[in-house]
Parts: sequence; structure tokens; C-alpha cells
Amino acid sequence: MSKHVLSVLVENKPGVLARIAGLFSRRAFNIHSLAVGPTEHPEISRITVVVDVEGLPLEQVTKQLNKLVHVLKIVELDRERSVQRELLLVKVRVDARQRAEILQIVELFRAHVVDVATDSLVIEAVGAPEKLDALLAALAPHDVREIVQSGNVAIGRGARSITERALDRVSA
Amino acid sequence: MAQVHTPKSAAPPVTLTAGGARPATTTSPASDGETMTGAQSLIRALEHAGATDIFGLPGGAILPAYDPLMDSTKLRHILVRHEQGAGHAAQGYAHATGRPGVCIATSGPGATNLVTPIADANMDSIPMVAITGQVGASMIGTDAFQEADIVGITTPITKHNMLVTNPDDIPRAVAEAFYIATHGRPGPVLVDVAKSALQSPTVFKWPTKVELPGFNAGVKPHAKSIQEAARLLATSRRPVLYVGGGVIRAGASEGLRKLADLSGAAVVTTLMARGALPDSHPQHLGMPGMHGTVAAVASLQKADLVVALGARFDDRVTGKLDSFAQNATIIHADIDPAEIGKNRHADVPIVGDLKDVFAELVPALAQEHLKHGKPDLEAWWQQLDEFRTTYALGYAPTIDGLSSPQYVISRIGALAPDDTIFTSGVGQHQMWASQFIRYEHPNTWINSGGLGTMGFSVPAAMGAKVGMPDRTVWAIDGDGCFQMTNQELVTCAINDIPIKVAIINNSSLGMVRQWQTLFYNERYSNTDLHTGHGTKRIPDFVKLAESMGCVGLRCESDADVDATIKRAQEIDDQPVVVDFTVSKDAMVWPMVAAGTSNDSIQYARGIAPQWDREE
Repeated sequence: MSKHVLSVLVENKPGVLARIAGLFSRRAFNIHSLAVGPTEHPEISRITVVVDVEGLPLEQVTKQLNKLVHVLKIVELDRERSVQRELLLVKVRVDARQRAEILQIVELFRAHVVDVATDSLVIEAVGAPEKLDALLAALAPHDVREIVQSGNVAIGRGARSITERALDRVSA
Repeated sequence: MAQVHTPKSAAPPVTLTAGGARPATTTSPASDGETMTGAQSLIRALEHAGATDIFGLPGGAILPAYDPLMDSTKLRHILVRHEQGAGHAAQGYAHATGRPGVCIATSGPGATNLVTPIADANMDSIPMVAITGQVGASMIGTDAFQEADIVGITTPITKHNMLVTNPDDIPRAVAEAFYIATHGRPGPVLVDVAKSALQSPTVFKWPTKVELPGFNAGVKPHAKSIQEAARLLATSRRPVLYVGGGVIRAGASEGLRKLADLSGAAVVTTLMARGALPDSHPQHLGMPGMHGTVAAVASLQKADLVVALGARFDDRVTGKLDSFAQNATIIHADIDPAEIGKNRHADVPIVGDLKDVFAELVPALAQEHLKHGKPDLEAWWQQLDEFRTTYALGYAPTIDGLSSPQYVISRIGALAPDDTIFTSGVGQHQMWASQFIRYEHPNTWINSGGLGTMGFSVPAAMGAKVGMPDRTVWAIDGDGCFQMTNQELVTCAINDIPIKVAIINNSSLGMVRQWQTLFYNERYSNTDLHTGHGTKRIPDFVKLAESMGCVGLRCESDADVDATIKRAQEIDDQPVVVDFTVSKDAMVWPMVAAGTSNDSIQYARGIAPQWDREE
């Protein structure tokens, strides 16, 4: 299996996320992660979906997505020509002995401590999925109590905007 | 893609646009700006969309709409006895006329009873608009009485659906629903309208354009692909046109005929495409697939070129996919790009409306013929003709003294008028009706192909007859199917919809029984229906028909078949039901067992055609 990152521009209509998630499950496509949010245009939302498929089924994924009436545009973003980020929050139980060591890991990964209690820390990290995996591996020997992660969000490098053309269609 | 949608009704033409093209403007309809209730707006919108016949059943949430419906002079509403009947009737109507079928039901159970027809229409690409009532907007999500999330339920089985809670949105929703259902690959669209929206005041405004920026109504076929397809057709030695239901939906039979004539290729028509090319056409080999003719199946297996036209490489056609037409180059033309390459890689993909495809491919092929000359297909036809004659469709005589179902069905086909519309349920009778009736015109064979919905035939026949009142409509049904939806005969009797129903009564769930015979050591688990010869006959179909206001006839021997059919055809003022008692041991042949290769087709039980000796 190989992972592909798709940016899906959709009309901001009720139920659109359910339509997309439902399409993936009924066509037996595997979703690795999914993130949704508003864009610079109020009528358009952007869904970043990471799918686990080989080449040919990927074509099916995009063709089936394109058939959904509320889907405006689909772009595959490859790793080299895009910036991809996930957000990670980790709660770690710490005692005085471990605190220094964990803070060192936080610094090494350019993460931040966003909550401090007497016996715990919440660490926030933003990065490409590989970086966050590495951070989690470094924290693994410690007493990790809770992990929460966002889906991947991605944007193409350079001046071009993928919303421009979709925007033309909406306001035509 | 600006398209002009001109309904047949008196409503003014409305220009609808999709895909971001420049919207065109038209004069507003006279009723624009009138204040009315959402319910009146809904009825007005259906009139403007061009609907003339709708099938439905009222209930609490949709009740407000039924009041102005009573006053409509443009809409004929046919009160069904079960919402599933309304849905299948809308399908039969759409299939017979080419216009979108409309059904209407209330919230909750009314709406869920439409689920099967909606799924069926989705699988067989039938243009249909389903209107459902929903509980009041403030009640949604509270598990209110007769509440069901029908938009959620039908999302996987509709082309599109929507919930309307603002009465001002009703005309736009209806306009979009009709547009989406009928443009591109046709399909069902559901509009769920909250009761509160129906009851609230609104100002009616029919949209001058439909704006669907994400909807792709279709593209023109790519010139390069057309060119390549023409070259392949002109140079292949074993070409086959694999014709699917898309040709029927596109109304492209004429173009198909031109392509067949010019190319000289063999033609096979799938279950959904029967009638797309006349069965009498000399290049027509019949139906491919699990119960296809040996010639049709063999032609695909041996082809060097398969031209799939509005077909989707369904498992019932391909058999084991990786052994299907192994030596063939594939040209695949379809209006839905997602069909291309879904099951089988297309060497030459053509996305477009089949009418356009034929219009461009036929002259392109003529050009190629000038370059390459007409291909020599003599050896190919010699081989195919041998399959045709050696393995012609046929059936063994019965040994229990009862009629052969194949005989009964072929006699109905022979004695019915040339333009008769046939519908069927699902199972053995469906396969025989596809095999033993000769179809000479498109839209004369209406059945449930993709979903395989038992009980389809009676309500579909009702819808077809409403759409085409001057044509004879025969429902070829099974005794199992008939017991699922026969209540619509009441609707037919009361509303002067004189359909004819032939129950091919083998007293069992015949196709399941056939599989039990072949694959389960003749252990007949739960397939005996006790309706036929030598049983208690529960129900007695003749009495049942009579109780529903129909003429009931029974035919129990070959000798009476023709006279009974003629008698049924003479009755034109009432629905007729004929209980044809037939043998339960008759089986559908040829057959490719599920999941096996088309190469292992059996002509009859234990008889495999010898088709490799020539090579």
C-alpha cells in the first residue's frame, strides 16, 4: 500500500463530509487520515484526505469523488512539491527525575510544552507525519498517558493556488 | 455546458447550466413572484419541471403537499398501495418514456419503502426524482414520530439528494433534482422536504438557471480516442460490439445500428441493452453473460477487439474477470468516466454521450476504411455462425407433462404486437424472457438488472403503461416475484391501467431452486411456494386477481397456451392476470457458474461447447 494525499475542494454544504467519508467506506477505499476546514473563500471548504491505495484504485477514488455534486476539485499533492503538516498533542506523566530528559526531547524536536502540572506535561508538536512519528518513538520509553493527532493538512509550494479555478466555477 | 431543458408541459423553457458555463437568461414564468405555501410551491415546481404523472401515497409529513396536488390540472397522481410500487412504477415510466419518473411518499416508513426502487434506479441508471416529506425542521433529530434520516439512508444509493427546510429553496431543489437525474449518466435524486417548509409561506420563483459548479453533465468524446477506435475497428479481425444499457439510456440505437452495419462487427446486447439493436439484425448474437448465448459468450472470449458501449463489465457478463476476453484490445465508451477502467483496463477510453460517440465514430470509421479497406471478417463470421447454429438457444421438453416455461414465454413474445413493452421480475422467468422474446425496438424490455429486485415487474409494468398508454404492456412474472408486489394490480384496476401479467408459475423460487439442483445436491431448502400444479395453490392466483378487479385466467397445458394469450390480449379495459402452470424442473441454459470463467460455459447440464477445435 502507498499513501496519497488528496486535497478536495468542496462546496460548503451540510453533510458534505459525510458524503465523502461514506463514499470511501462503501467503495472499500482505506482512509489513513482526514482533515476538514474552511478556506479563504466562505463557500468553499477544503478536505485533506490521506488514502492507502495503489495507482489504479487511486484513479477510481478521484473519479468517484468527482461524481459527488458538491465536490469542486481534487488535487493530489506529492511530498516534494507540497508542505504537509500534522498537529500532535501528547500528555506525559513526569516526575522530577524525568522532567529534564523530556524537556530535552521537546527541544530537540522543536516542540512546545503547552500545559504543565506537578506530575504531567502536555507537549504540542507540529510537523510532517514522519517527524511526529519520530517524536513519539523518542517519548515511548516514558509514561505516555494520552495522544491526540489531527489529520494531515497539505498545501502546494509556490504561488499557484488550487482554489482559484474552483472559485471561478462557484461565482460564475 | 449550457443545456436547454424544455419540458413537454406548458411551462416556459428554462435554461439550466452546470460546470461553470455562462448562465443564459430567459423570461420568468408567469407565476413567478406569487405568494403561496411551500406545499403549493412544491406542486408548482413539479409542474414547471415538466412532470405530468406521479406515483405516490400520502401520509403525515407530506400531507400539506397533497392538498394543492388535488387542484393541479397538469399533474396526474396515481395512488399506489405500497410506496415500493410507486418507486418501481416511476422506474418503469422512465424506462418506457425516457422522461424522468417521479414518486412521492411521506416521512419515515413511506420514505424507507422507497429505498429499494431508489437503489434499483441507481444501479440501472434510471432517471427518477423521489419527493419525500420530512418531519418539521424543529423536530429533526429528536426521533420524532415517523422520522427517518432518509437523506442519510439514501446517500449511497442516489446520484444526489437533499434536505429542504427553507420553503424558498423548494423550486431550486426541484429544478436541480430534475436536472441532475437526467443529465450525464441518469440516476435517482431524492428531495426530502420538511413539513414546516411545506406549511410556511414563500414567494414562488422558478430558477432561470441551475447552478451546480461541481456537477459534470458530460464531455464531448476526445477526437484522438475516436480516431484510434476507428483505426482499431478497421483493422481488427475478430471485433465485437459489447452493448450495454447506456445505449438505451442515451437513445442511441440508431447510431449503434450504423456502427454495426458499417463495421460488420459481431454485436452482443446485455440484459440491460436488449432491444438496443433489433434481434433480427444479422450480426446480433444475443445476450452475453451468465445465461447468454454460446455465440455471444464465445465471441467475447475469442475477440481481438471488444468495443464496450455504455456497458460496465458487470460480473454477470464477464464471469471470472481475469479470464474475460483475454486476447482483446478494449475500447470503452461511457458517459461516466468512473466506469472506464473500473473493472477492466481500457486501451482506448472514450468519455462521452453515446449519441455523440456514434456520430463521430461512424464517419471516422468510414475514413479508416478508405485507408485500410474493409477488414476481412469472413473467417470470424464463419466461426460465429457455426456457434450460432450448433448452439442455438433451446430447451429440453419437460418430463412431468407440464408446460415448458420457455415455450409459454416464447409464445407470448410471438403473439404480442411488435411494439409490446415487456417487464419482468428477477429469476428464471427474467432470463427466459430475455432469451426467448425477440426484441426489435429499444425501451421495450424493462427489468431490474443491477440490483436484481424481485417484485419489479408488476409496478414497473404499471408505470410503463401510464407512460405509454397506447402500447400493450406484458409483465412476465414469477410466482415468487408476483407475491411481493401484486397489490399494485388494485392500483391498475382502479385507475384504468390495463396491464397484462403472465405468472410463469413453477411453484417455487425457480432460480434459487436451480442453484440448489446444481450446487446443493438437490436439497431444496425453502424454495417450495405451493402455488402450482398439484399443490394447495395458496394463493390461488386466479381468485386473487379477480378479487383485485382484474380478469384471472389459468392455463395448464401447451395446447391452451395460444388461446389463453389471445384471450388476454383481447381484454383491453381491465388488467389481466394469467396463471401459467409450468414445470418446476426447467432450468435456464446456457450457464456460466458464478465466479467461473466464461470459457467454462455449459450449453446444457453437463454439455460444454467444443469451441477450441478450430484453432
